[in-house]
Amino acid sequence: MTEQAIPASPIEADLELYGALVDKEPQKPPRSQWIDVWQQFRKHKGAVFGGSFLLFITLAVVFGPFLWDVDPKALDIRNKNWRPIYQLLFDSEAKAGWAHPFGTDQLGRDIMAQMIAGGQVSMAVGWLAMGLALVIGSAIGVLSGYFTKLDFWLMRFTDLVLSLPILPLTLLAVTLFRQPLNSRFGPEGGMFILIVGIIGLTSWMQTARIVRGDILALKEREFILAARSIGTRSGKIIRRHLLPNVISPIMVSATLGLATAIITESALSFLGVGFPSDFPTWGKLLSDAVSRMQEFPERVLLPGIAISLTVLSVNYLGDGLRDALDPRLRGR
Amino acid sequence: MLTFTIRRLLLSIPTLLFISLVIFLLLQLAPGDPMAQVPLTVPPEVKQKMREALGLGQPIYVQYYKWLIQFFWVEPQVFIDWATRDTFLLGWLPDTHLSTFIDPDTGAIRPVQRAISWQTRSPIMDIVIQRMPQTLWVVGLSYVVGILIAIPIGIYSAYRHYSLFDQAGTFVTMVGFSIPPFFTGPLLIVIFSVSLGWLPSIYDTTHVVTDWASFKIQFMQMVMPVMVLALQTTAQISRYMRGAMLDNLNQDYVRTARAKGLKETTVVLVHVLRNSMIPVVTVIALGMPAIFGGAIITENVFKVNGIGQLLLTALFANDLPMVMTLTFIFAILIVLFNLIADILYGLLDPRIRYD
Repeated sequence: MTEQAIPASPIEADLELYGALVDKEPQKPPRSQWIDVWQQFRKHKGAVFGGSFLLFITLAVVFGPFLWDVDPKALDIRNKNWRPIYQLLFDSEAKAGWAHPFGTDQLGRDIMAQMIAGGQVSMAVGWLAMGLALVIGSAIGVLSGYFTKLDFWLMRFTDLVLSLPILPLTLLAVTLFRQPLNSRFGPEGGMFILIVGIIGLTSWMQTARIVRGDILALKEREFILAARSIGTRSGKIIRRHLLPNVISPIMVSATLGLATAIITESALSFLGVGFPSDFPTWGKLLSDAVSRMQEFPERVLLPGIAISLTVLSVNYLGDGLRDALDPRLRGR
Repeated sequence: MLTFTIRRLLLSIPTLLFISLVIFLLLQLAPGDPMAQVPLTVPPEVKQKMREALGLGQPIYVQYYKWLIQFFWVEPQVFIDWATRDTFLLGWLPDTHLSTFIDPDTGAIRPVQRAISWQTRSPIMDIVIQRMPQTLWVVGLSYVVGILIAIPIGIYSAYRHYSLFDQAGTFVTMVGFSIPPFFTGPLLIVIFSVSLGWLPSIYDTTHVVTDWASFKIQFMQMVMPVMVLALQTTAQISRYMRGAMLDNLNQDYVRTARAKGLKETTVVLVHVLRNSMIPVVTVIALGMPAIFGGAIITENVFKVNGIGQLLLTALFANDLPMVMTLTFIFAILIVLFNLIADILYGLLDPRIRYD
């Protein structure tokens, strides 16, 4: 007959009873959602590379003019047609040097300064047009997903805009409205407003559709019902409960929008309907260089590579964000 | 399905009307006078008469109505007349005379007034018909080439998921996505026309294929524009193909097919591929209009005188009727291919019925 050990105190007895339920290891501090997202994002090599390159390009065009303070519009006809610095590797006789690392164009303007100035315009157009498209798209998506009465008409409208031929219409609008806007805001400002406006107004449809789909599913959930049952108004529900929950599809479509905006702006400049000719953008630099690309291929390559790498890094960033923001994929 | 098709067809009419109205109003809002190019020596009263002849003084709705009549009533009549008169296919039918009328004053037979281009003073549709084959050849061929490359890549990278081929394929499609055609075009010209001298950099549309040698020239000049456009198509479609294959490869029916001893090629290329093609076919149909849009840039790079290049020159010359017609043709293409995509989806996937 074994003697049952008499517990010293009732508390110890409880501990023994529930021993299996106590964690063996010390408790981890709670993790926020954004730490999880960041850790998943870090696993995607392409996305990290894309994100850092985008950051680098943005910083380079913002702070570049302070480091490389050559005026991109300054003519220096004696030093025209310099080759880029790497040309010295193959050909020590080449007209190149550290004074102009990327060379100069046919009027002696420094190409590096032009690339920085062009990048500023291209990135600014990209970010602003993307922002405009996001605001319009999210607003229409939320309104049409949340208010059932508006849904039918807003979505028909979205379908109609989706079936507009975007590139021809953009070309049309830019050529037609260039004159009045130029006379009001100056040739550069007018064109900037016009291009940002047109790209923003013609690229919000995908965002609207995605946001609407998510809102439709979210508004049937219990926490919305709970919010409504304590008398929260629609505006507050949208701002406090719905918008934070659709932030991830909005971020993913933001990256796609940025890529499209940069490409569209460059395409317009390339076709000769973009900014005025002495106002450098990447597309403009590329299109100006095409006629002389046999002698100076680097003038096509440099802006082309800048556009392509930026867009590529934005696309990779979007890919990584999509994976990181999807809770079903996270943690795998 | 038939009711759905008919309903969609009917629904596309207001869509097209809305688009035409948008384009029309955009052109109306635009500043700029079509008479601006007329020399100053022309007296103002003559100028006023020219303006009236162009129908510029009339209210907007009258102008819009007249444009609609031109596009949807007069041009089809002209087309039917041409088809029964000159074409091989319908030439055996008795000649129709829909597009002519008898002048009440003189009794002579006169052709109806067609929409004319301000730039060339010839009927717009005639010019469009002249330019269409070049665009269709380059765009159509590039699309076919793109699909033919994309589908095997998509299948194989899904089948060997996360393999080296898949990683490389993903990278290449990302690059294809990101490099715009106005960069790949000049890049290819620098490499293949300038440095290597293999291919011509300008597309010669007057070239006629008569024998093997001239076919070879035609082939050489088509390679670059077709490949530039095909790169975009390939990137997009192979991504969709890969995604669709991946979705299907993990399905139960695939395991069943393997379990009953079917060969791996049969499982992948018959069972999985047929199911994966359903979304891909719709993507192919939906991407068609975008390719026409991209052709505007490619045609500009390689100097192909197709409809994209026509649109650009018309824009620069302020030739509004031509711009209006061409933009509307692009809109028709989009609506048409959306319709085709919807119907194909219903036909291919019996689970999807819109009724």
